[in-house]
Amino acid sequence: MSEDKRRLRVSSNPHIRSHVTTSGIFFAVIVALLPAAGYGIYNFGPRAIAVILVTIASTVLTEFLFGLCRKKTTITDLSAVVTGLLLALNLPVELPLWMAALGGVFAILVAKLLFGGLGQNFMNPALAGRCFLLISFPKQMADFTTRGASFGTNGAFTWDAYTGATPLAALKAGESVNVMDMIVGRTGGCIGETSMIAIVLGACILLLLGIIDLRIPGSYIVSFVIFAGLFGGRGFDPAYLSAQLAGGGLMLGAFFMATDYVTRPITAKGQYLYGIFLGLMTGIFRFFGPGAEGVSYAIILGNLLVPLIDKVTKPTAFGYKRGGKSHEK
Amino acid sequence: MSERQSRADRPAERLYNGLIKENPTFVLALGMCPTLAVTTSAINGLGMGLTTTAVLILSNLIISLLRKVIPSRVRIPAFIVIIASFVTMAELLLEAYIPSLNKALGVYIPLIVVNCIILGRAESYAYSHSAIPAFFDGMGMGLGFSFALTCIGAVRELLGAGSLFGFELMPESFTPISIFGLAPGAFFVLAGLTAAQNALRNRKSKKSGGKHSADGTPDHGELPAGCKQDCTACGVSGCSSHGKFYDDTVIELDAEDK
Repeated sequence: MSEDKRRLRVSSNPHIRSHVTTSGIFFAVIVALLPAAGYGIYNFGPRAIAVILVTIASTVLTEFLFGLCRKKTTITDLSAVVTGLLLALNLPVELPLWMAALGGVFAILVAKLLFGGLGQNFMNPALAGRCFLLISFPKQMADFTTRGASFGTNGAFTWDAYTGATPLAALKAGESVNVMDMIVGRTGGCIGETSMIAIVLGACILLLLGIIDLRIPGSYIVSFVIFAGLFGGRGFDPAYLSAQLAGGGLMLGAFFMATDYVTRPITAKGQYLYGIFLGLMTGIFRFFGPGAEGVSYAIILGNLLVPLIDKVTKPTAFGYKRGGKSHEK
Repeated sequence: MSERQSRADRPAERLYNGLIKENPTFVLALGMCPTLAVTTSAINGLGMGLTTTAVLILSNLIISLLRKVIPSRVRIPAFIVIIASFVTMAELLLEAYIPSLNKALGVYIPLIVVNCIILGRAESYAYSHSAIPAFFDGMGMGLGFSFALTCIGAVRELLGAGSLFGFELMPESFTPISIFGLAPGAFFVLAGLTAAQNALRNRKSKKSGGKHSADGTPDHGELPAGCKQDCTACGVSGCSSHGKFYDDTVIELDAEDK
């Protein structure tokens, strides 16, 4: 900031700027994801740390190397870290580490950087990475052999390996599940999606900071609950509905992925529409699809619709009629 | 339509044109349907490519020989009839002698009739050139198509199944990335290879730097093939960054603003 530069200040609008920075927002998101990540590590043991670190390393390294090629560094905006962390939280703990790394590379390189970097990606990179892995390695991505934390008979803290279907798969098979366990997170599943409490805690941080609002998560969850009540097959049974809410990636998806600034609609009306669409799609995938889970595909489909939603819900400018025609001829 | 016999019509030049300069898949982006659909393995890609080559050479030859007889008003139906005859022959031959390939390629063999490379070459080259250049044009384009399909098939087979031409290449511990065997993988590999050859081409033309190419037309330096010098009407991205038609330099006036 030399004196020379101060003399002439020519800039186009906007002239008033807020102090919110991209890296600041992403830092807050990282902090908000920590409870879920922490619970995942507690629930699934040290291997969860390895998966999280490898995934973040792969996303950050990809962004760094691409930046070197383009002579432009973008890793300081922390978006690669968020993508890596979100992707890791959506992976099963026993996934081979090279697959996790491959997912990270795909998420950053193909879904984001090749389309022009942050702000140009038409799809949530973390979810693109997850869906790439889901299609590529269906067996490994559904392997929910997990290690649960427990206190042994002598009070020693251990991780017991157990194989089990996710609560959602059990629900789909018509078995009963322990809703309390699902809300706390003592179940099988992806690393960061099991604990509803941890996710909601993180979401509250973002809500209080004003980084996200309840429009998308709210309309998503409400429309999903209504759909589940109508078509889930068990009516509006509170235990069943709360199990559907707490199970799978719904909470993580609704608060952390559907609200991604780049891939959500701009207008408030559009955001409600988007949330309702996500709720319907998740319901259709869960109740009528072959699998038990459908949050990732629902959000990715929603992402693809965002340009259309934005077009439909474009507000009319002051002084203009609907359709962009001026009142005065 | 003039019938000049220039350097560009020499057999070697036609082969080079089809294989590299105007490669139907990587440069012209024609015939995408078989390119994406049948390249699940290298052998399928090669089979599809060679079948198309055979049809392309013969149809180019016949259309070129008949070009004075076919009235220009009904040329497209005439082309289609000629092409369809050769495709039917190719299909029957494949069914008789290589039934396994015929089964693997399935409906895409009859669909060669509507492959836009073949109709495109008939319309843009064979109908206005004599038989020998047209023959080599068909051969060059066909070999370029076969080369591209084999490349795509090889990459997809290697990543999606861990083998190449049916031989297991990858170590035992390798888990096939099955997305490359499916439709999305076809798009990824096609895009990747197209980008790679564009990068190669750009580097090459930068080295030769604005020299006039063999056929006398000016060589547009770093411009990618097919550039109409109108970035707004063009879907190709990445070329405007050369700064030739779009000036997207941003003047940073005040570092304090950041």
